[in-house]
Order: sequence, then structure tokens, then C-alpha cells
Amino acid sequence: MQEHDVSWVRTEMVLAEAAPRSQAGFGAWFRKNLFATPIDAALTVLALLALAWAVPQILNWAFFSAQWTGADRSACLTVAQGGSHPDGWSGACWAFVSAKFGQFMFGRYPIEERWRVILTGILFVALLAPLLIPRAPYKGLNAILFFGLFPFVAFFLLVGGFFGLPYVETSLWGGLLVTLVLSYVGIVVSLPLGIILALGRRSHMPAVKLLSVIFIETVRGVPLVTVLFMASFMLPLFAPPGVTFDKLLRALIGVALFASAYMAEVVRGGLQAIPKGQYEGADSLGLGYWQKMGLIIMPQALKLVIPGIVNTFIGMFKDTTLVLIISMFDLLGIVKQNLADANWATPQTAKTGLVFAGFVFWIFCFSMSRYSMYMERRLDTGLRR
Amino acid sequence: MAIQDAVKASEPAKSSLIYDPRFRSIFFQVLIVGLLVFAIWWIVGNTIENLRRSNIPTGFEFLRGRAGFDISDRLIAYSSDSTYGRAILVGLWNTVLVAVCGIVTATIIGFMVGIARLSHNWLIRKIATVYIEIFRNIPPLLVIFFWYLGVLSILPAPRDSIVLPFGSYLNSRGFYFPKFVWGEGAWLVVAGLIIGIGLSWFVARRARARQMATGQQFPVFWTSVALIIGFPLLGFAVAGFPLTLDFPKAGTFNLTGGFNVKPEFLSLYLALSFYTAAFIAEIVRAGILGVSKGQGEAAASLGLRSGQALRLVIIPQAMRIIVPPLTSQYLNLTKNSSLAVAIGYPDLYAIGGTILNQTGQAIEIVAIFMVIYLGISLLTSGFMNWFNAKMALKER
Repeated sequence: MQEHDVSWVRTEMVLAEAAPRSQAGFGAWFRKNLFATPIDAALTVLALLALAWAVPQILNWAFFSAQWTGADRSACLTVAQGGSHPDGWSGACWAFVSAKFGQFMFGRYPIEERWRVILTGILFVALLAPLLIPRAPYKGLNAILFFGLFPFVAFFLLVGGFFGLPYVETSLWGGLLVTLVLSYVGIVVSLPLGIILALGRRSHMPAVKLLSVIFIETVRGVPLVTVLFMASFMLPLFAPPGVTFDKLLRALIGVALFASAYMAEVVRGGLQAIPKGQYEGADSLGLGYWQKMGLIIMPQALKLVIPGIVNTFIGMFKDTTLVLIISMFDLLGIVKQNLADANWATPQTAKTGLVFAGFVFWIFCFSMSRYSMYMERRLDTGLRR
Repeated sequence: MAIQDAVKASEPAKSSLIYDPRFRSIFFQVLIVGLLVFAIWWIVGNTIENLRRSNIPTGFEFLRGRAGFDISDRLIAYSSDSTYGRAILVGLWNTVLVAVCGIVTATIIGFMVGIARLSHNWLIRKIATVYIEIFRNIPPLLVIFFWYLGVLSILPAPRDSIVLPFGSYLNSRGFYFPKFVWGEGAWLVVAGLIIGIGLSWFVARRARARQMATGQQFPVFWTSVALIIGFPLLGFAVAGFPLTLDFPKAGTFNLTGGFNVKPEFLSLYLALSFYTAAFIAEIVRAGILGVSKGQGEAAASLGLRSGQALRLVIIPQAMRIIVPPLTSQYLNLTKNSSLAVAIGYPDLYAIGGTILNQTGQAIEIVAIFMVIYLGISLLTSGFMNWFNAKMALKER
């Protein structure tokens, strides 16, 4: 077709050359991430030595040397202490956890009535799971059932005294049951109350603003222990003579009020981050105060502070352990109470029981924080810098 | 729509008071304050009635009464004959002690772990992450119990104490180490320390003024170290080395002499430090990441070495991001120290609880708690705000 005076034209691309040996493969990864500088190399070696010392001991204690079955303390004792393990033995006494598992979950809830707690738990999971999965349908109905109907059903099931169900005093409740009841009520009450307090703190009405500030700052300034203490000792004084509050109810009021104050500050942070134009835009559309807040401001503000809200939930979940101090037995409380059981008094019992409780708390808190990270990514509309 | 609007506009504005925002605002405030006053009146009435029925006196007179219980850990003189007021003071000092020790340790561990999380070293980074994820997700009370019941209380009895270097011992009754016993003339050492600190402050000021004026630098840090260590040593030598060490000695049942840190304090202190450090580490990491990359590159292009860049450019800017959340962590640690009551360390809360059980004066005790904890919170946040203002960006 056309004459070229070049004698050779390349018809195919030059193949990419492989990366230099020093930049690819395991060797390069090791050099870059573990032995970049002499100090790095020294740190790596030190860390490896520390891991080589600690990890086998931990695995050995938790699994390989652990005592999995047994009827009482003798299963977890060494020969010198009157058991069968060789001297110097150190291993988890999982037999203790499996023997007390029912108590750890339900407290002293009567054994023949425990199906009610399990049923409540199944209902809880069945309603919560679809709420957490973004693609599941009927979100509105699901939320109404979970936040509106479920509390009543759970109350009737757990407390009883109606429809032929025997009445179970709350003083018999304990273990994970109490932890979850306190957390659920705390979450359900603190979010709306916190939103109202945050709105109150940003209100233009001086009296409302002042009252909100006083409540929030006072509660945030004192330890939860003090708030629980107040709920436990002073609520009975405040009530008319003859009226008594249930102990669980008192703890619930304390936890919920405490969490609301923290929630209010988190929500306020979100409200402050919303540009003024959004408020003005809502005003110019002729929306009233509650319409403006409910339709324009809150959806944006709450989305911004999801991490803070979940952190407050996690904090509250961990704080429920403090009801131990007003002598109620949540999961940690019941584990600690059982450590005093003479049938199971061994040097390993305390460690084992606490590691078990820690593991349960960790699972709940860790999954909450991971879920919040997932939601944050999902709701990110890409407007962030 | 348009017709309706026109109709509305033509109506006199005063016809509907309920649509007037000012009237509404006043109405709601009066309503809320009225409800609150009624609630308080009702509560006060009930409380007075309840107190009258159970014969509990009111007022702070009880603080002068004889306490009648002993406190094992104390920083100030106290016996069971002392007053309730004194007992509360002992508790307050114990709270302050554990909070200050915990804050210092948590800050050190937290900064180390936070920086480790940003390390180029993969292994170090992962270890720091595991530490943070474990401690952030378990309750502090559980950590306290773990140290107290799981670790410290199963240590060997005093007879077979674990021997540590420098004449220290560790056993189920706590940690024993040699006590410094100062002899006569020890005030010279303190005087030397004060003179050293004063002189270093003076040197630092002069060096700064000189650098501003002439650009010449002066090794302020090493001079200050020399002054602060040198003068007390000088005083020590002049006074004729007035220091003896009181070593703990193994007795039949217990160690005698030396300084004993009780397991209650130790477990509370360790647990609070480790727990809070995980949160501080995340704050430090966020602070350092918050300084834009360009700052480090600019520092490098000015010819600063990496250590200098970190010290002069990165950290001062990171501190601005770190300080406000760090303050709230310090406050959290102080408030969490009230968990001491669960293991019997006599902090403010534990002693207040004991007094409440003896006297039944719940309202007064809770009021004291509130005042003291709020006071500590305000003091700490006041100090940190001052620090923050000092660190803040000075814009011209």
C-alpha cells in the first residue's frame, strides 16, 4: 500500500519484564515489611522471640493441657494439691465452665422455666437478624415489631404471671440474660432520649437548653457507679412511701439515663456537622420544626455519627458489668460469684471463668464494631472528602 | 394553593396566638419548668416523708462522727478513731493516687502502641492491633478481676515469694521493694532539685531568646538534664549521703520492712493502665495520621532529619488533634477508678459506700460524690484546655 523506508516495523508489543528479584516475591515482602532497617530487623527478632515464648504457653493453657471434663475441683488439681495432674501443670479448667454453663446464661432462673428465656432469645435473634441485613425486605414492619412489640412479648415471657406462666422474680435472673436485657433496654431508651436531649441542648429556648446542659454535664461528669448507686439508694427515697422499685428496674433506669447523656453528646456532634444551608433549605420549603429535624437534619446527622453511636452502645454493653456493684448478677457477676464455689476452688478456676466471660463480651463488642464499620461504608454517599 | 396562601396572608396576624413562635416558645418553657418544679416538689415531699419514717437524720453533721472502721491503704494519717470526714479524705487521696499513676502509665503504653500501629514493620503493627482489639472490647471490670483473681491472688504465699532484682519480692500480698529512708540533711537534695529546675527554666528562656535574636542554638536539653541531676547530687554529697535503704526481709509468715504495694492497688492500676492505653493508642494513631503527608515532605525538603521532622513538625501538629480526646480518656480513667470498690481498694467510692451503710445518709453521700467527681473532671479538663490553648495553631 504505502512505501516505507524503514526496514522493520514491530508488530507486537514488548512483553513486560518481570519485576527485579529484589522487588517481587516473598523475599522482597520480608525485606520490605520485616527487615527494612537494622532497627526493624532487631524489632522483628525481638517480637518473634516474644511470640515464640508466649503463644505456645497460651495455646497450651487454653487447649492442649486444658481439662475439658470433670465433676468437681479434683479434675483441675495437681497431685500435690490432691488431684491427678502432674506437678507444675497449668491448664484451663473448662470443666468448670461446662458445669456452670446454665448459670452463666440464665442465672438462678428456674430450670423448668428456662425455655421461656430461650424462646425470647430465639425471637430476639429472628427479629434482629433481618433488621441488620440490608437486603432483607419489610424493614419498617420489622423495626416496629423489634422495638415496639418485642419488649412487651419479652416482658410477659420473662416475668410471667400471666396466661398460666408462673411468675419469676427478677432477683432470680442473672448471667447473660441480665446483660442482654440491660443492654437492649439501654439501647432502645438511650437513642431517642439522647436525640431529644441533643435537640434540647441546641434549642433556642433558654430554659430547655439550660436543663439539657445541666442533665448532660452532671451525668457525664460522674462515674456510672455513682449513677447506679443513686438509682439504687435514692430512687426508693424519692418514691411515695410504700412504693418499692424492682432492683432490675432501678439498674435499668440508671443505665438508660447514663447512656442517654453520652448519646446526646454524640448526636450533638452530628448536628453541628450539618451545614447551615440544610436548615435554611428545610425552612424555605416551609417545613415545621419536627418535620425539618425528622426529614432533613436527623437522617444526615445520624448517618455521620454511626461510629459514635455504636461506640456508645459498646461502652454501655461493657458498662452493664457494673451492676455487680449494686449486687446484681450479670454475666461477669455470676462468673465471679461462682468462683467462690468451694466445689470448684482451684488455682485455675478464676482465670478460666474470667477468660470465658471475656471471650463472650469480646464476641459481642467486636461484632458490633465490625458491623458499624460495614454500615459506615455502605451508607457512605461518596460526599466525604 | 395560591388562593389559600392569599387568604392566609389577608388574615390579621394576631388572630392565631398558637401560631406565634414567641408565644409557643414561652408556653413550652413555662410548661416544662412547671412540670419540673412539680416533680421536684413531689420528690422532696416523698423524700422528707421517707427519711422521717426511717429516722434518718439529714445534714452534714455526720462527717464529724467517729468512723470506727480501718483503712489498709492510706496516704495520710488515719485510724478507726478518726472522723468520717477524714475517711472520705483518705479515699479521695487514694482515688487521686491511682488516677495519676494510671494516667502516666496509660499515656506511655498508649503512645508506644499507637506509634507501633503505624510502624513499617508488619509484625509489630499486627501485635499492636491485636492488643488494641482485645482490650477495647472487654469490660474494664473484667480486666481488674483478671489481674486480681486470676494473676495476683494465685501468686505464692509470702514464704515462697518470687525474688526479683534490686531486693524486691512478689507474692500474694503484693509487691515489696526497698524503701528509701532519708536521714538528716535530706532537704538539701530537695533544694538542689528546685534550684536545678529553676536554672534550667532560666537557661531555656535565655537560649530561646538568643535563638530568636541571632539564630544560634544552644543544647538546652542536655544542659537541663545536667542541671536537674547535678544539683540534687551535689546537695546529696554536701549533706553526707543521708540515705539508707530499708530492704524487705523474709520473716516466718510475712515479709517485714520495705515498701509494700498491695495487690488491690496493683491490679486496679495495671488494669486501668492497660485498658485505657488501648484507647489512647487509637487516639495517637488518628492524630499522627491526621497530619497531612505534605508536612513531613516539606520538613524533609528543608533538610530536617527524620527525628527532627517528627519532633519539630509532625508531633506538635498531631498533639492538636490528640489532646481533646486524650482529655476525655483521662477523665474516663479517673471515673473508672471507682471500680476499685469491686476488689476492695479503699477509694473514695468504696469508703463512701461503707459510710452510707453505717449512717444511711444516702443523699449527702451522693452529693459528696457528685461534687468531688465533678470537681476532678473540671480540674482535669481545665488543665487540658489550658494545654490545648497553648498548643493551638497561632494564626496571624
